[in-house]
Amino acid sequence: MSPILYAALLLALGCLALASMFALARLIAGPRAEDRVLAFDCLYLNTMLVIVTLGLLYRSSSYFEAALLIALFGFVSSSAMAKFLLRGEIIE
Amino acid sequence: MTTPGSTWVDVLTAALAVGGALAALIGSFGLLRMKTFFQRVHPPSLVATAGTWGLTLATMVQSSFVTSRPYLHALLIPLFLALAAPVTTTLLTRAALFRARQRGDSGVPPPR
Repeated sequence: MSPILYAALLLALGCLALASMFALARLIAGPRAEDRVLAFDCLYLNTMLVIVTLGLLYRSSSYFEAALLIALFGFVSSSAMAKFLLRGEIIE
Repeated sequence: MTTPGSTWVDVLTAALAVGGALAALIGSFGLLRMKTFFQRVHPPSLVATAGTWGLTLATMVQSSFVTSRPYLHALLIPLFLALAAPVTTTLLTRAALFRARQRGDSGVPPPR
């Protein structure tokens, strides 16, 4: 791997870590429950992008499945939480 | 790994990865910076579109040229998020609108 790509991937990881910190700050500070669900949604997307970047850095294709699973479970959980905020129960 | 012609592949991968990560950073910063919830809903979709597409295209370019075989199944992530992110946003916004009406906030449109 060329030094350019290595440095760029480290920079991308730093940007994603900072983005996760921003989402975490909104998750802690968010005044209402819907702000916290939105911040959680953003946080899992950032984490998924970190895993994609690690797969690029370590040249392993098995990180792809982990990223896809995080995307799937994050969608299910955040839509379940939105449904709970809307109706007060998840399965009626 | 230092085959001739692989430098521009690395440069393209680096540009796509840094662009995607910067898009994710801008989207998350917007989540922190906007004032009301209905403004805050907008910036995270930048993470789900530009950020995910940038990093996935970087993975596809790099893996396709390293193994000299098309590596297309990484596209599943942005295609799935293109379906999932609007659904989550719509559900969450409807929940927030419902709760704002229940609280009697000013500035939300009345139910029809």
